[in-house]
Amino acid sequence: MAPPSSPETPAPRGARRKRPWPDQVHAWPYLVRLEMLVATAVMALLTVWSIAVDAPLEEPANPTKTPNPSKAPWYFLGLQELLVYFDPWFAGVVLPGMIIVGLMVIPYLDVNPKGNGYYCFRDRRFAVSTFLFGFLGLWISAILVGTFARGPGWNLYAPGQYWDAHKVVAITSRDLPPLIGVSDPVAGMIVGAVVVFGFLFGIPWLFWRLRRDKSPGLRQLGAVRYAVTAFFFMSMLGVVVKIGLRLGFDVKYVLATPWLNL
Amino acid sequence: MASEKKGWLSALRRSYVWKSVFRHEYEDTARNRALQISSNVFLHLHPTKVRRHALRLRFTWCMGGVTFLLFLVLVVTGVILMFYYRPTGEYAYHDMKYLEFDVPFGMILRNMHRWTAHAMVITVWLHMFRVFMTGSYKPPRQFNWVVGVGLLVLTMLLSFTGYLLPWDQLSMWAVTVGTNMGSATPLAGHEGPFAELLGVDARSDVRALFTGGRLIGPATLLRFYVLHCVFIPIVASVLMIVHFWRVRKDGGISGPL
Ligand code: HEM
Repeated sequence: MAPPSSPETPAPRGARRKRPWPDQVHAWPYLVRLEMLVATAVMALLTVWSIAVDAPLEEPANPTKTPNPSKAPWYFLGLQELLVYFDPWFAGVVLPGMIIVGLMVIPYLDVNPKGNGYYCFRDRRFAVSTFLFGFLGLWISAILVGTFARGPGWNLYAPGQYWDAHKVVAITSRDLPPLIGVSDPVAGMIVGAVVVFGFLFGIPWLFWRLRRDKSPGLRQLGAVRYAVTAFFFMSMLGVVVKIGLRLGFDVKYVLATPWLNL
Repeated sequence: MASEKKGWLSALRRSYVWKSVFRHEYEDTARNRALQISSNVFLHLHPTKVRRHALRLRFTWCMGGVTFLLFLVLVVTGVILMFYYRPTGEYAYHDMKYLEFDVPFGMILRNMHRWTAHAMVITVWLHMFRVFMTGSYKPPRQFNWVVGVGLLVLTMLLSFTGYLLPWDQLSMWAVTVGTNMGSATPLAGHEGPFAELLGVDARSDVRALFTGGRLIGPATLLRFYVLHCVFIPIVASVLMIVHFWRVRKDGGISGPL
């Protein structure tokens, strides 16, 4: 029994509607039977999986025997991977906090009324590309690297490559200020702070000054939403920039202070 | 008419007792279709009518529903596991072996709990992905997205607290890595920036709040067990109730206006 076909005329546009949608069908049987089918398929899959593959159980917990590498559960490996590039206070605490808060504020930042309730890229290019980049390009990629390409000492190994626990990797990285010729520590702190704060706040501020009058999208967003969006967006970009600086130029910290390093 | 049908099933359905439980007829009429949903407390999670596109697997991927199903599977398998598992340093690991070798279907039970937990983390991510791609966090569903992010965090915390319970090398060191980050919390962690302002040490910082001491030990096991079996599931259930209720109140599944 196929659900009754949808009517020819599309639903009228409008934010709030008084009358029911014209294209409705009964939940019983059309929705309930579909849920039943999906639930059955999922249960069958789980049963086969549980019969075929045993959950791991290693030796009893032993606080005196540290495995190398020690890996967090796979869904946190993205954060553990970032420990390579950032200190723990950032990679393990501040960044996850920013991811959670950043996700929560999305609905209040994205005021674009288009693309509500259907798949679409053209009407929301910035939102969709940013989300895809963050989710697939950073979160999922970092998990894949952490799961499959990290071995003893958290060094990089190709999947399947022999894990040499005695592999020596020279640590040659230096902080950014000395690298660009500022060797005095206090001057270096100032340079580092200027770079970090300039990146996080200066660039968005400049962009706003230059583009506000020309872009209806920016004006629609308003100063406060723009500021919050820019902060989260630049922070995400900053993570990428820092990874690039480390891999490309062996930069340890951009901002090094006695209290915290970034 | 349904009442004219012969056979024991029809007779049962016409009986006084049956009718006191199920208050709708079985004839395929619009009224009965609506009553099947609205007179059943569980099915009543659904509206009596849904928009046609909401049925398409291509639209929702059914990921919210599958996530909920996996949560229910975890509750059932988890409660059965609780009959066999004791969260103490002496017994926890032995009870894992006991499940594997002595308890009838114990290994399958444990496997199902574990694999379902992994699957739920994946489906909750996919659900969020779908909701983003269809722009379903836009008005009037902004707040339900926020509730969803809460559920996302709780799902991962549920998985993480459960990871310690087998009390083997894998679980102990994974949780060591995870909780060590807590000691780097600014101000509140003993190795974090500005820790000296609050004067916290390894026994009194936020990490110790969850691990119950300087090291991952039996105290941690007990804390994670209570968090895993009682605290987080209750909070997650409450949030799920809010989440489902809001889906209904926000006009059902999103769709083109
Ligand atoms: C334990 C975790 C969760 C459960 C059990 C759950 C369950 C559901 C269900 C059953 C629906 C109905 C539509 C569908 O199946 O897709 C739904 C819709 C929705 N969920 Fe979730 N969800 C969870 C987590 C999340 C997360 C992590 C988010 C986002 C961050 C989220 C945001 C939403 C929104 C905005 C809707 C409305 C979608 C629409 O109207 O198209 N949920 N959820």
